[in-house]
Amino acid sequence: MLTKRIIPCLDIKNGRTVKGINFKNLKDAGDPIKLVCWYTKQGADELIFLDITATNEKRKTLISLVKSISSHINIPFTVGGGIQKEKDVELLLNAGADKISINTAAVKKPNLLERLSKRFGSQCIVLAIDTKYENNEWWVYLNGGRISTNIKTLDWAREASSRGVGEILLTSMNHDGTKSGFALDITRNISENVSIPVIASGGAGKLEDFYKIFQIGKADAALAASIFHYREIEIPKLKNYLNNFHIPMRK
Amino acid sequence: MKTIIIKYPAGNVQSVLFSLERIGIKAKVTDSKESIKNAEKIILPGVGEAHFAMKYLKERKLDILLSELEQPVLGICLGMQLLCKHSEESDTTCIGIFDLLVKKFQSKDKKNKIPQIGWNNIHNLKGPLFKNIPDGSYQYFVHSYYAPLGQYTTAKTEYILSYSAALQKKNFYAVQFHPEKSSYVGHKILENFIKLND
Repeated sequence: MLTKRIIPCLDIKNGRTVKGINFKNLKDAGDPIKLVCWYTKQGADELIFLDITATNEKRKTLISLVKSISSHINIPFTVGGGIQKEKDVELLLNAGADKISINTAAVKKPNLLERLSKRFGSQCIVLAIDTKYENNEWWVYLNGGRISTNIKTLDWAREASSRGVGEILLTSMNHDGTKSGFALDITRNISENVSIPVIASGGAGKLEDFYKIFQIGKADAALAASIFHYREIEIPKLKNYLNNFHIPMRK
Repeated sequence: MKTIIIKYPAGNVQSVLFSLERIGIKAKVTDSKESIKNAEKIILPGVGEAHFAMKYLKERKLDILLSELEQPVLGICLGMQLLCKHSEESDTTCIGIFDLLVKKFQSKDKKNKIPQIGWNNIHNLKGPLFKNIPDGSYQYFVHSYYAPLGQYTTAKTEYILSYSAALQKKNFYAVQFHPEKSSYVGHKILENFIKLND
């Protein structure tokens, strides 16, 4: 049976992990490779790396980091942040990334999604959507949540799905960082209205939040950063908890 | 060079290379016919789009070369589908080692997502590739197309329906999942492939 996935997310800046640094056994917690090995042993199902440097001259650092991650990791990982064009994707996949996630550039040039999925296969193209609930509607935001649009989140998810993306990474800006639980309604709405998997992100605080996002929010995967980095929730314990509630987990 | 990974325009060559390194195998990535012919083991890796990948192989006549090989060949994911007869993906004629038509998953409701992405069990394991691999082991899958069950099926997986997670015909081996991304069990499967005929 296909299991639900637990995905830690690491923010990368200039080749180093930015937040999340409270590991007893790690001498250098800014070293992404050490975190990668630790999460692999913990039973993470996948990892996502978001490069928040995203300036052109620093992209080479990212490519060499991706190569290094790929040489150490034996589970899948996605790389996102600042992807503009086909060439960026090619370099990341050739460096060993399994999937790439694309956000702002896809909204600006939706045709890019067709080109990428045609060339590299749908399964390695993840559409990241930052969404915010305002005036009774969920809206798409760009540039890491700094720029609003008049695009409704469900419309964009449907369009991107028909343009060939393989997965949606949905982050609720209203919930991100609050530790008050995931955005159940919009996640469920997207999940029930597109045919591709949805990764829910933003708001994870306690074990129960994960149960709810799978059971009520119908997410296929759940992403979290700080609660894993600061070891407020440990993945083996989380997976046991979910298994006890009949959410299928890889152990 | 003993082990060759076929060079591809849209493959996850690097991750296969690294996973082989972790089990102590130094492989070479190439599309040179000479190197492929002389290799002991050949891996046809697998992320990408069927038509684009077949076009690349055909332009170099690697499709013919591959079908004539007598040493062990392992197709992974898309590589497995290319070893079948035909794929619904862009209506592509494939290499045809396995007499199977690769089809797209059809979900009646939105309950089953397409592509299937994630960890799923493999069952009814047969043949040397699965030596010492427990039935029900989890492997990582990412795919929208599948090869149906047939006489060459050596592992089954359930998603929407029961399909071939692995195939084998003589020296041709194929897996739909990604052993290079499937943690320690996946690496064991790769190791089994590398140790064939030893």
